[in-house]
Formats: sequence, structure tokens, C-alpha cells
Amino acid sequence: MFKTIEDHAADTVGITVEGVPHRVPANISVAAAALLCGLGSVRETPVTGVGRLPYCMMGVCFDCLMKINGQPNQRACQVMVAADMTVERQLGAAEFEEF
Amino acid sequence: MDHDCIVIGGGLVGSAVAYGLSRQYQKVAILDGGDRSFRASRGNFGLVWVQGKGWDFPPYAQWCLKASNLWPEFSRRLGDETGTDLCYQRNGGMHFCVNEAEWDERKRILEQNARHTGGKFQYEMLDHAALMEKLPNISNAVVGASYSHQDGHVDPLSLLHALHQGINRQAVSYVPDQAVSDMRREGGEFRVVSNGKDYTAGKVVLCAGLGNQRLGEMVGMNIPVVVERGQLMITERIKPFLDWPTLQVRQTGQGTVQIGDSHEDVGLNDGTDPVILKKIAQRAVSIFPFLARVRLVRAWGALRIMTPDGNPIYQKSEAYPGAYAVTCHSGVTLAAIHAGPVAEWIGGKNEDPLFNQFGTDRFHV
Repeated sequence: MFKTIEDHAADTVGITVEGVPHRVPANISVAAAALLCGLGSVRETPVTGVGRLPYCMMGVCFDCLMKINGQPNQRACQVMVAADMTVERQLGAAEFEEF
Repeated sequence: MDHDCIVIGGGLVGSAVAYGLSRQYQKVAILDGGDRSFRASRGNFGLVWVQGKGWDFPPYAQWCLKASNLWPEFSRRLGDETGTDLCYQRNGGMHFCVNEAEWDERKRILEQNARHTGGKFQYEMLDHAALMEKLPNISNAVVGASYSHQDGHVDPLSLLHALHQGINRQAVSYVPDQAVSDMRREGGEFRVVSNGKDYTAGKVVLCAGLGNQRLGEMVGMNIPVVVERGQLMITERIKPFLDWPTLQVRQTGQGTVQIGDSHEDVGLNDGTDPVILKKIAQRAVSIFPFLARVRLVRAWGALRIMTPDGNPIYQKSEAYPGAYAVTCHSGVTLAAIHAGPVAEWIGGKNEDPLFNQFGTDRFHV
């Protein structure tokens, strides 16, 4: 569904999304990477469990919360990808043990 | 006469009173403030609380216990009528003590609470070991906690929403964005002037929070109101870790954690102050260390409506029969009593002797 503009694809990094290795442009956010990798949803809400995707892409809607390098509830649109990053869907509320 | 009763103020107090009045009267109206009004109802902590309240004023201890006992039925009825989930729970509540002096003081206060209610207020003091069994994440610095099974909590915004749905269903006429400029009694009815328009009614009930002092003067009542700021913050959602609300930390029905609070004399300023917020956050972390790593999503200030002794005022105007004032800072806990006995008292159908204890004459001795 999403295509990268060629210039942007010049440098890439390897990240793991939901346990699967991907190469993605080095200068994009985790939310953009999740969309590029074709995730159907990046999280399930704590209240109703419905699946959600990034929406505003600028840090205000909190709909792109993901677990990044083990840290729960990160706004994926506000974090840039980095080599060897681990990205997982945020399923419901975080456990307090995760903090 | 346009209305049987006009309630001035549409926060938790005014909407609960109007909800109760609408069961006795056909024509009830609420004149509410606007978006710029100070709204304690939209900034509070959501406790339905008994322990510690009225420890130095027996009528208030009895009043809070009565309200707390009315809450399960009130919540069920309001929830059923409106289809709104109030997230009301009455699993009991706690107050943490972080040193021996706090523990001793807490014990002393709650013993008085129990005495004032003839033993009907029930509580226990949980030492650190007993607390650990209930809350394994608690800091070793916490000496213990007081616990009462009669305490509970609710989502305060859902409560306000449900009360407004409830009054709407009862055909209460709700008029927002109002500023009452005059009120007088003429020929057996009240004429209230608001935004240049006249409203007439047989009774008026002042539930305007900080505005009650000014409004009271118009109908011969001297209602002393003291403003006090409290600051609160709220975290991201986390899985349930705290089954009991406490005065310092409360996990809401949707997983966020509310952290409070402060008691500040800063006048009509409902802003936030990072120095105070830091102290509040540090206290919460001293109780639950893992909270240091949980992110906050919002912080806010709200103004409590206090009286000189901190206890509520229920007053009938002697000079202008038919005018009533309800002033309190505990609009959540007392909502059940405002929608029931207080509305009946205004309707002349409830003569609970406790009402005589809450008049303003206690300030004018």
C-alpha cells in the first residue's frame, strides 16, 4: 500500500517488527516503518481491544502506541528507527512489570 | 410562573439536586455557567469517601456515611436510566501512612470518626505486612494504611455526564452560558434575571460553587466560601495493579492512574505549578516505586469550594422563604444524598435533624 520515495530509500537499517526482520529507510519514524512493513494494526486499545493504526503522525493522537525496544506505550510517530530496533504491537494496557 | 424550581449551577451539585427535584416537580430549570466558569466538577479525583471526613464535626461524619450507603442504589438507578457506565466500585479504600507520626495521627482521627457515628463507620489499620499481602508493589517506606470497606470511587466525568443525561430525560430545562445578575422575591415567586432575561419560579436553589457567596447576598443569605486549589495528574493506561482507591493514588476503570493532590491558597487561579506537581509525584513514587517509570499524560489544577470549617452548608433563606443554598467541596461523595434527601428537603418532604447542623449560623456565633 505504501511506497517510499527513492531518495529516501538510499540508507537503510535492519529492524525487527513483530519478530520479523525488515530493512527500512534510516530516516523515517517507527510509525512510518510499521506502515511500510504492512502491519494491519499497530496496537489494540486497552478499553475495547479494537485494532488501530497511526493517524496524525505528529504526536497528538496517541493512536500509534507501540512497544519499542521493550518499552511499552511509545508513540511510534515520535521515535526514529535505529539499527537493531525491536518493534512490537501494543496489546491493551501495559503491565506495570514492564516499566 | 415559568418554573417550580430554578437551580443555579449545573455542576455535580446542581445537576444532582435538579435530578432529585425533577422527581417531585414538573418544571425544573438549571441556569448553568459557561466554558470560562471554574468547574470543580470537571477536575476532581472521583472518590466516594467516608474515612477521615468529619473527624472533627460529627454531623459531617454521619452525612458522608449516609451518602456512601446511598451510593450503590443511586449508581444502579442512574446507570440503568441513562445507559452510562459510571465505573462505580465500592471495594473499600485506603490511606497510606509513610511514617509513624502519620500512622498515629490517622489512627486517632479514625477512632473519632467511629465514635461520631456510633461505630457505624468501620475501618482497620493495616500494618506493612498486612498491606504487602494486598499490594505486593508497595514501597518498604510505607508504614501501613488505614482501610475502610465503606469507601469507593467513580469516574467523576461519567457521573457528571450521566446526571446531565438523567435531567435531560426528566425534561429539566438546561440553560447554559448564564450569568445571574439579579434575583428578587415578588408576590410569592422568585424572579431571576440572567443574561438580561427573566425567569420566574416558586423556589430557587443556589448550587453555583464559588458563586454562591455573591448569589446568596441577593436572597438574604451570608454564605462564606473559601477557595482552595488542588492539582492532579494522570498517567498512561496500565493493567490493573491497584484494586483500592486511595487518597494519594487511584487507578481508574480504564487503567489510567490519577495522582493527587495539593491544598493551596492561590486565589482564583486554577493553573498548574511544576514545583507542587513534583512534590505530588514524589509522594506517589515513594508509595509505588514503579510509578517513576510510568509516563504522565496530563496535569491540571481545579478549585475546591471550601467553607471556613470545611464542612458543607445547607441553608434555607429566612428572609426569602423558598431560597436554598447548597455549598460543599464533596460533590462526588454527596451526589447520592443531593439527588435524594437534599432534593426532598428542598421539596419540604425531609426534615432530617442533621440539616439543622449544616446551617450558616455556625459561622456567626
